[in-house]
Amino acid sequence: MTNPFIPILVMAALALLMAIGGVAASAVIGPKRYNKVKVDAYECGIQPSPHAMGMGRFPIKYYLVAMTFIIFDIEVVFMYPWAVAFTELAMFGLIAMLGFLFLITVPFIYEWRRGGLDWD
Amino acid sequence: MFVAPHIEWAALSPVLILLGAAVIGVLVEAFVPRGSRRLVQVVVAALALGGALVAVTWRWTVVQQDGPSSLVAGALREDAPALLFQAILLILALLALLVIADRARGEDAFTPTASAIPGSEYEGQARRAGLAQTEVFPLTMFAVTGMLVFPAAADLLTMFIALEVLSLPLYLLAGMARRRRLVSQEASLKYFLLGAFSSAFFLMGLALLYGYAGSVHLADIATAVPLVSGMDGLLLAGSALVIIGLLFKVGAVPFHSWTPDVYQGAPTPITGFMAACTKVAAFAALLRFVYVVTPGLGWDLAPFLWIVAILTMVVGTVLAIVQTDMKRTLAYSSVAHAGFLLLGIIALDERGISGILVYLLAYGLATVGAFALVTLVRTKDAEGNLVGEAGHLSEWAGLGRRSPVLAVCFALFLLSFAGIPLTAGFTGKFAVFGAAVAGGDWPLVVIAVLASAAAAFFYVRIIVLMFFTEPATGEDGSATTVVRSEGLTAVAVVVCAVGTVLVGVVPTAVLAVAAQASKFLL
Amino acid sequence: MSIDLAAILIVAVPLASAGVLLLLGRRSDGWGHWLGVLASAASAVMAFVILFGLLGRGAEDRAVDVHLFSWIPAGELDVDAGFLVDPLSATFLLLITFVGTLIHVYAVAYMEHDDDRRRFFAYLNLFIAAMLILVLADSFALLFVGWEGVGLASYLLIGFWNQRTEYAVAAKKAFVMNRVGDMGLIIAMGAMFASIGSVDFETVFAAAPELSEGWATAIGIALLIGACGKSAQFPLQAWLGDAMAGPTPVSALIHAATMVTAGVYLVVRSGAIFEASPTAQLLVVIVGAITLVFGAIVGCAKDDIKKALAASTMSQIGYMMLAAGLGPIGYAFAIFHLLTHGFFKAGMFLGAGSVMHGMNDEVNMRGFGGLSRFMKVTWITFGLGWLAIIGFPGLSGFWSKDKIIEAAFVGEGWQPWVFGMVALLAAGLTAFYMSRLFFMTFHGKARWNDGKNEAPGPEQHPHESPLLMTVPMIVLAVGSLGLGAFLAFGDRFFHWLEPVTGHAEHHDPVIPIPVIMGATVVLMLIGVLLAWRQYWASSVPLMPPTGSVLTRAARRDLYQDSVNEAVFARPGTHTVRTLTYADTAVVDGAVNGLGAGAVGLGERLRKLQNGHVRSYSAAMSVGVVLVLVIVLVARI
Repeated sequence: MTNPFIPILVMAALALLMAIGGVAASAVIGPKRYNKVKVDAYECGIQPSPHAMGMGRFPIKYYLVAMTFIIFDIEVVFMYPWAVAFTELAMFGLIAMLGFLFLITVPFIYEWRRGGLDWD
Repeated sequence: MFVAPHIEWAALSPVLILLGAAVIGVLVEAFVPRGSRRLVQVVVAALALGGALVAVTWRWTVVQQDGPSSLVAGALREDAPALLFQAILLILALLALLVIADRARGEDAFTPTASAIPGSEYEGQARRAGLAQTEVFPLTMFAVTGMLVFPAAADLLTMFIALEVLSLPLYLLAGMARRRRLVSQEASLKYFLLGAFSSAFFLMGLALLYGYAGSVHLADIATAVPLVSGMDGLLLAGSALVIIGLLFKVGAVPFHSWTPDVYQGAPTPITGFMAACTKVAAFAALLRFVYVVTPGLGWDLAPFLWIVAILTMVVGTVLAIVQTDMKRTLAYSSVAHAGFLLLGIIALDERGISGILVYLLAYGLATVGAFALVTLVRTKDAEGNLVGEAGHLSEWAGLGRRSPVLAVCFALFLLSFAGIPLTAGFTGKFAVFGAAVAGGDWPLVVIAVLASAAAAFFYVRIIVLMFFTEPATGEDGSATTVVRSEGLTAVAVVVCAVGTVLVGVVPTAVLAVAAQASKFLL
Repeated sequence: MSIDLAAILIVAVPLASAGVLLLLGRRSDGWGHWLGVLASAASAVMAFVILFGLLGRGAEDRAVDVHLFSWIPAGELDVDAGFLVDPLSATFLLLITFVGTLIHVYAVAYMEHDDDRRRFFAYLNLFIAAMLILVLADSFALLFVGWEGVGLASYLLIGFWNQRTEYAVAAKKAFVMNRVGDMGLIIAMGAMFASIGSVDFETVFAAAPELSEGWATAIGIALLIGACGKSAQFPLQAWLGDAMAGPTPVSALIHAATMVTAGVYLVVRSGAIFEASPTAQLLVVIVGAITLVFGAIVGCAKDDIKKALAASTMSQIGYMMLAAGLGPIGYAFAIFHLLTHGFFKAGMFLGAGSVMHGMNDEVNMRGFGGLSRFMKVTWITFGLGWLAIIGFPGLSGFWSKDKIIEAAFVGEGWQPWVFGMVALLAAGLTAFYMSRLFFMTFHGKARWNDGKNEAPGPEQHPHESPLLMTVPMIVLAVGSLGLGAFLAFGDRFFHWLEPVTGHAEHHDPVIPIPVIMGATVVLMLIGVLLAWRQYWASSVPLMPPTGSVLTRAARRDLYQDSVNEAVFARPGTHTVRTLTYADTAVVDGAVNGLGAGAVGLGERLRKLQNGHVRSYSAAMSVGVVLVLVIVLVARI
């Protein structure tokens, strides 16, 4: 019987390869044409924030979207294992998940009603 | 094979009521029109706290009859001390809620828009439009929910979740003061950073203990102590780190540094709320952890707890003496009180549990009452505009002449802090010190008595200031004035004062109930 | 009415009255003072009910324990709140309520022009209630409640005229020094709990004889510290003089007749503990003797009439302490002197108040003189008090003080000689300084500005005080005159106290009694004569004369008594200056130094609280590392 940790090891190796390999590959084979936009920090497609010397403030909407994203992200993180063990968890799992979804929905409703999703 | 845990809905009712109220509070924010939000929020919160109190009382009678039990697959423990801690918490939270809800002169203590840049035009508009951040109430309910779970938590993970549930809303609330916005936001950020720091210690301790015992249940760890050998380092370091995480919450030296800054910056009603309720919850958890897990290692942890207790008493007292700001003085005094309370933890004795219960009740009543009064004493500039709370001690001079009732109530709370006989504070000190003596911790008690004598100095100094000093007028023509509360704060203060006197004069009933609740049964 | 009910009412009535007056506030300004008087009078009636109730019983049954409620039922330490009515507490009840009521009446007139008269009476009633709790308590815990209560009332009353800063400072000083004493009492209670396991009188005193001498000495010394604080005994005496900042009725009631004698009560009540420890007992006597002399010397030098009386109070309480430290033979004498002193000293304070009333609140005796013609009643009543305190044969003080001097001569070894001689000489000193006070005030040439002489200051029109003030003075003067003889007759007072103080075997003093008595009287006469020569027959300078001790002694060394005078009596002499210096520099310095030390430490610690999160988290990290080191190292 193989050691159950081997898949994890493989997984970690792959992750490392992806991270380092991506950067390395772009450095080796990517074209190198620098301009101002190219060297700016990447911030989800939004105007990058000026440096802390000036009024170094981010638009608050950036955070709203980011936090909403994290909420749903975490929701999914819980839903996958639940889906995998759905039959085993049975009714208890269903109720627990519904409770969890309800609690996630309440702040979402709050955000929506209070205009958090209106872009302007 | 997974076995679904049995959920004891009835036993969970106090927590569920509050959690429900918090969720409803969020929905109220979403659906109720702005004008009536505050009223609905206050009613929901008050009903929830009252309902939870009734539920706790009911569970108390059940536990008295059927004995304690474990809930939700051992995540929670329903026993007499947990219920009594919860009852004290709910009473104090209810009183604090009255102060939070009060709008003296039509303004509550909270900023109209927490997200506005301090001093910006937008903030001014929001103030003129009479906006209110009524999210304060659901946040308070979430915090109380966490506090309610804390004393009953029977495994370290539940304890950690409860710790976060009670802390996160408090971080937010601390940053919502109406005046001195920058100080308030700074307090909030500091509290958050240092709180996260201490949570990390708690988690590290949790991990070490799990590594030691293979379980996060307190009972399992306790049974592992005599069985597992050769990993004492893990056990001791883990216990110490978990205790440090909790000591941060109670504000014990050297993990107290956030206390004065946060107490000063937070909106005063919130300061009263967290000074009283957080301390109750955190001591409840500390008590359970120390009494359930560590009796076997009492000897190994004793030096650590002794040093912390002595440092806390001495540093808290000495620093309180040199403060010139009322809220900072009270903050350091609360640090010193944490030191006195640690005596009951160290006692490792049933009387320590009942002593801490009584002490926390006495301290909580005086704290909520004192901070409630602080909200009413304001500074007025030369043109007669209110500019904020009278923070500097000198602004309290001569208050006894102009507002004798307020000054007498404040003096009563201070005397209770000082532990003068016939106030609740004396009963509490007596009970805790008595337990420590019975536990053989004589030197600690001597230091505690000396520290409380020294502490009496600054309490009495404030009383002298209020009654025997001429009221001062600042160079810029500012003066101190007392605003009329809407009535809610007044009710809270009167209840606190009556409670302080009652527990001081006829402590029999309280001591008897506390003695009944002084057993953790595994 | 049963004794139980009376004992509860005697406390409840003034307490309720104080509460009503404080709660109603200005609304009760019109009649508040009469409510105060009435409450005090009602307590006095209760006191008599209790007295006759006790007298109606056999000597053996004269102890009634009144259970109030279970106060602190915490495990091993079970404290019930209860009152103990026995001859000792009944004596105090009578003294407190009777003298208290007279002073209430007096204060109605004395405080007439004060806007806050109602508040004053509320505090007075509060004081009466607290003092009654103190003497009625059947445990040290409840006694402590009363003890703190009288401290609080005293503090409020000294600082009553707090618009003047130095008065507020005096109040604070009294409060702080009393706290030192309170620590003694707390420590004593802690030690009792540790050694005996209880703090109620019955258990403690029953267990006291079996206590090891170490414990008994520790408890005794702690109790003595408590007593010193409250009774202004050496070395905690400094506050009493400053306490005279309070209105005169307060000085009469609290700082002469009742509260300051609480220390004596404590020592007598705890007799069983002191008897178990000769060391502690000896200390009581030494403290009493030192204060006795100290107070007398200070009394010779003070020009402020109230401060001179305060010094005298200190000295007289020294007598009581000395007696109380002698054991069972002294207890009854201590209480007897306490009782008579309560009357004549209160009377003299009221007289001093009356003089101030007629002289526009002047207190400097060098600005008095020849007042006997203008205030006859004050002069006569004060005169009777004066004769009583100097121990003029037949008057109250003679009976009580003489007994103490005799008792001080009883014993073996060096002690009777030292303490006896001190007590005897102090009697002469007492006669001197009290006569000085009396003559300077009422006799000799008028040194105030009467419009005709050259004296500085505003023109004075001395006049007699109203009836409300003179009647209480007359009643107290009657007490000064006859109370001693009445109680000493047939030793009835000593038999009355015997169930509490125990029966003392009669011992003969080392010197025959008639000789002691004779010497006392002779010394007294010498003292009076000296004072007469100095302060009546010759003119008193308006400014205290200065000049070195040596020149004075050299100039008068032919007269044996002048030495006495030059050393002790000259205001501004070296001795007094040293004593005053010691008092202000050493005692005050120590108190202030302690405070300054704490503040300095605080300032340094405050530097650590600099507001930077990085420093805070660094402090926490260091704390965590230290904790881990401690936990892991302590294990090894």
